[in-house]
Amino acid sequence: MDADEIIIKCNDIYEDFGQSYIKKWKTEKSGRRAIGYTPIYVPQEIFYAMDILPVGVFGGGDLIDIVVGDSYFQSYICHIARSIVDMGHSGILDQLDGMIFPFVCDVMRNMSSFWNTIFPDKYSYLFDQPQNFIKGIGGEYYKGIISEIVKDLGGNKLDKNKLIESMMLYGENRNLVRKLYEERSKRPWDIPITEAYLLLRAGSVMDVKEHNEMLKEYIDKIGQLNRQPEDNVRVVLWGAFCEQPPLSLLKVIEQSGCYVVADDFALALRQLENNIDVDEVTRDPVGYLVNSYLDHGINTPCRFEGDRNKLKDLVGIIRSTNAEGVVFAAPSFCDPALEEQPCYKEELDKKDIKHISFLYSEDTSQFSNIREQLGTFTDSIKIWG
Amino acid sequence: MSYYMGIDLGSTTCKVVIIDENKEIVSKGITNTRSDYTVATRFAEQEAIIMARFYFLENALRENILKSPGIQVDIEKVLLLLESSFRLCDYKEKVLEMGEVSKSLTKKDGSKVSGILEDIFNSIYKEANQVITNLSFNKGVFFRDLISSSFTKYLREIKDFEAVDKIVGYFDKSLLQIENKFNEIDFVHTTLGTLNMDNLDNSVNYDDSIINLIKNSIEDAGNYNFNIENKVGTGYGRQRLPFPKDQIQSEILCHGMGAHQMFPKTRTVLDIGGQDTKAIRIDKNGVVTSFTMNDRCAAGCGRFLGYIADELNIGLQDLGPLALEAKKNVKISSTCTVFAGVELRDRLSLGERRSDILAGLHKAIVRRAVSLIARAGGVENEFTFTGGVARNVSVDKNLREIIASRYGDVVINISPDSIYVGSLGAAMYAKVG
Amino acid sequence: MGKETPNKIDPVVTKDWGMVAQKKLMSTYYNQVMHAKEEGKKVVYTFIPGNLVELVNNFDLVSVYPELLGLQMGLRQSAEKYLNLGEKEGYADELCSYLKASVGMAAIDNMGPQGYKIPEPDFLLLIYSNCFTFLKWWEILRRRYKCPIIEIHLPYNGNAGGINKESLKYGVKQLKEVVIPKLEEITGKKFDIDKLKDSLRNSAEAEEDYYHVINSAKNTPSPIDAALNGIYYVGPINSALRGTPQVVEYYKILRKDIEKRVIRGEGPVTPFGQANDQKYRLVLEGPIPWMVPESFYKILYDEKAVIVGATYIKVGGSYDLGWFHDPSRPLESLCEQVTNCYANHGIKTRTEIMEKHIRDFHADGILFHSIKSCKSYITGQLVMVKELERKLNMPSAFFESDMMDARFYSEANVKNRIESYLRMIDQKRTMGEAT
Repeated sequence: MDADEIIIKCNDIYEDFGQSYIKKWKTEKSGRRAIGYTPIYVPQEIFYAMDILPVGVFGGGDLIDIVVGDSYFQSYICHIARSIVDMGHSGILDQLDGMIFPFVCDVMRNMSSFWNTIFPDKYSYLFDQPQNFIKGIGGEYYKGIISEIVKDLGGNKLDKNKLIESMMLYGENRNLVRKLYEERSKRPWDIPITEAYLLLRAGSVMDVKEHNEMLKEYIDKIGQLNRQPEDNVRVVLWGAFCEQPPLSLLKVIEQSGCYVVADDFALALRQLENNIDVDEVTRDPVGYLVNSYLDHGINTPCRFEGDRNKLKDLVGIIRSTNAEGVVFAAPSFCDPALEEQPCYKEELDKKDIKHISFLYSEDTSQFSNIREQLGTFTDSIKIWG
Repeated sequence: MSYYMGIDLGSTTCKVVIIDENKEIVSKGITNTRSDYTVATRFAEQEAIIMARFYFLENALRENILKSPGIQVDIEKVLLLLESSFRLCDYKEKVLEMGEVSKSLTKKDGSKVSGILEDIFNSIYKEANQVITNLSFNKGVFFRDLISSSFTKYLREIKDFEAVDKIVGYFDKSLLQIENKFNEIDFVHTTLGTLNMDNLDNSVNYDDSIINLIKNSIEDAGNYNFNIENKVGTGYGRQRLPFPKDQIQSEILCHGMGAHQMFPKTRTVLDIGGQDTKAIRIDKNGVVTSFTMNDRCAAGCGRFLGYIADELNIGLQDLGPLALEAKKNVKISSTCTVFAGVELRDRLSLGERRSDILAGLHKAIVRRAVSLIARAGGVENEFTFTGGVARNVSVDKNLREIIASRYGDVVINISPDSIYVGSLGAAMYAKVG
Repeated sequence: MGKETPNKIDPVVTKDWGMVAQKKLMSTYYNQVMHAKEEGKKVVYTFIPGNLVELVNNFDLVSVYPELLGLQMGLRQSAEKYLNLGEKEGYADELCSYLKASVGMAAIDNMGPQGYKIPEPDFLLLIYSNCFTFLKWWEILRRRYKCPIIEIHLPYNGNAGGINKESLKYGVKQLKEVVIPKLEEITGKKFDIDKLKDSLRNSAEAEEDYYHVINSAKNTPSPIDAALNGIYYVGPINSALRGTPQVVEYYKILRKDIEKRVIRGEGPVTPFGQANDQKYRLVLEGPIPWMVPESFYKILYDEKAVIVGATYIKVGGSYDLGWFHDPSRPLESLCEQVTNCYANHGIKTRTEIMEKHIRDFHADGILFHSIKSCKSYITGQLVMVKELERKLNMPSAFFESDMMDARFYSEANVKNRIESYLRMIDQKRTMGEAT
């Protein structure tokens, strides 16, 4: 497939929320199931090793009209929760045999506790990810969670070899995604943000084996379309790790003069930063998975900072990608994003790094304000560097 | 025969309904709510009483015609003529009075401003006949709307920009004074008086015997001993009504009872008012079993539509019909009043058509309302839609579509009198005592 | 949570023994805070929903609770000032009012709502449970005050049925291997398990008396208003004073006082008089709006409505449900109590708790107060409304405001909703429930 065809395939999966893909995948081998997960991080490798397709459920975006979803949430609650409930009601999530909800914030946390009340026939689980990063404590706790999930999903023991294979595949996937980001940082004009984004979204639905092939193919073909560099400013996009911006907003960001060279689109494909150590994985795959999270899980607002320094780490990302500024884009009512922003901004001010911020919701359709703001922002960087 | 009055003092309009002891609606009155709630109530009450007099006039005409076998009269036509003449008379009086008020306000200002205003009021007075059409008052268009639209027309012709601001200011001030000054209207005196003026329809020529019959009927109607046994007030402003506590009722209960009275099989009521939206469940007796009100964010209520109408510089009553002309589906994501103006202007500047944008807005409002109903437990057959916004044809259309798609075959009751449901319910409570 | 005297209430006429004595008792705590630095005590910032009071007191520390300060700010009408300061620091409109107010206070050199400087923390104790915002808030405070932080994670009790085995093991391990050693390091004192057990013994005794106080609402008339009086009565047991003999004494006497009221058939003491005539018995989900407690309460009082059951008083621990500390299993019990705080329960459990109150206390109606600041509290309330209506055939009144921010409180709006709801109850009573 050439690059365009790849993106079209990704777009089809995105617009259909993967329903046709999941249906087909399940029929290809008996005993296959699919489980949905919400942002930010779940141990996908475990599911895959049990022949369960982990499918990212990141909200309805601007693709659906919500009616029922709104009746479950009053004012001051974000949009993604509403659209996910609506998708459950309207049948979009019917291909999924259950849902895993990581503890990303109180809204999702509470929703996980009443998911069974509204959908009593479906499996649901709150993944209260460890906030202690000592192997003997948080690590043991995380292992306990994994055992619980495995038991719930009908396997009393994980097939070690399948798990090793699964972890190798996901490790490769993370490497390929990293490569994609590296390439985009080097030559952002060759990889429009919407294309990179759609590749990630498709990856949160597809079989990881297939996605790896797709990424390799796409990366191979970068530059073949001879896109020309624009006079755009290099920015880091920060805050869109849960409720997702609509594609049209991403386009607006680029059209307003920004090359997004780094972002925190979590989408569960980038959560672990280490390269797979083949020996360690083979010896103790579960332990390795757990330790990778504890030691190399990326910073997110939903992870206790502990001994790290998130502000320094963000500055590190800015420096390493030669970004000229930060665009804080947060969903309205998003506690994790909005509670972190002021500290980040303060740090950037100290380091004289320009930044701008705006709010969006997953179905935002009017962009004139944002366009205006971003235009001014990029101009000011270009003029006053 | 005993009569009972219900008053629904809403945030945008004040509605009054009078029923008789058989629970039949005798008359309805509506006016725009103004800053002085007591005055607003009095205006609306007077309106209902005047309309009651017209109701009795119809009865009187029938009776008198029966007693005079030789006389042939088209009662409908006569009533229409009398009512429109009455309205015209009332309108012209108000215009004159407003002209006087503005004259005294502009006294200290230059003769130029005063002169321009006087000319404008004269022009408005002269074209009063054309402005008052037969059914305008039933469509909920008030004095304020009529005179403002005439005024705007003449305002555009003024070349002197400095004067324009001042003139608008004086106009607004005098309008406020007129609106908040209650004038008692004598039904008999005014209606008899209209028989002497140019009738709206010159094609009809009535001979003396008919005129006498009409005069007698008017006097009969005016003299009829029409006593309001009990009044009950409800609505947003009900706390401000000078009524004792037992004559004030919850608007939720009034809407439930009123919907039940109008459509006895109602089980679900949706009321979109000026400031809030309510979903009410009632049982077969009209007793409220539960209700839900909209979130803090009052998006999608009547006020919002008013704001949109202002932005587009069109009348509130024109929003629905314009939205029905839509050819394209423009998706509006929020009905937030704060951002509506921005979103609207944004879209217009992108070349979207007004009708398409309005269609999107109406859809969004209805989605929010149906979401509230879902929160209240969904739609139980039959479904009755009440409140001022029920007059909007685009809202109605969208509501019918969404409910059909989500709840199947449900009987949806939307009446042109939907705005009176609250006051009807209050009148019912007045009867119960 | 503790509560200072609202300024406008006449102390002689409108307070009962429990409220007056509570003020005296709590003032001993506030004195500790005020004089901590002078007395050379180390200060720790921590919170009430999910607290380890007895453990902290083992190390002779002075605890400061920023959310309690937020409540004080609301009651003392200085909330707006602190919130504005917090918003100036960049914290958005829609975020937790307590967080904003706390950042606001730090911006003015920690000048507190009671008119004295709140001592800065020597360290922070982040007991991560009940609420996501705590995680961010304590990270923010660490940067503000540049001090160390001890963190313990106690997972969500999403499934009905209390804390699960894995989570309990995890919690106890963290206490043993992280929290206690770090407390020893910071304070230079050794952990004393016997002292802890003694405190827990006192706590359990006080909790049992408190249980009887709150459950006295099953009487007709109810001798207490679970929200208005409740917030006073729960103060000592939710504060740093829990585990002390003075608190044991307080609840012993309080219980007897309430029992006397039951015998005399007396209702609760309110700012407007004794509410003996109770036409409507209501269960309240959510707090009273702290910035306008009297004007809110007047709405209820004028209607002869009494709150017989309240969920907000369980935010620091669900003692009134019979879940007491257990000195025989000190570390396990501490972990369990943290995860038993109201906001750490799933929606199913919260619905069951409300159901229990409605039945036990013979409630006529339910009030939901959705506070815009607190997503942990409010998310899922609409599901609770639906479930309660389905199970008990009892609809709820629902209103939105905030616990601290007066900009979100509209008296007309709240009054309209509550009055309409009570009129609906009246109508049902007179016309009977029809099918």
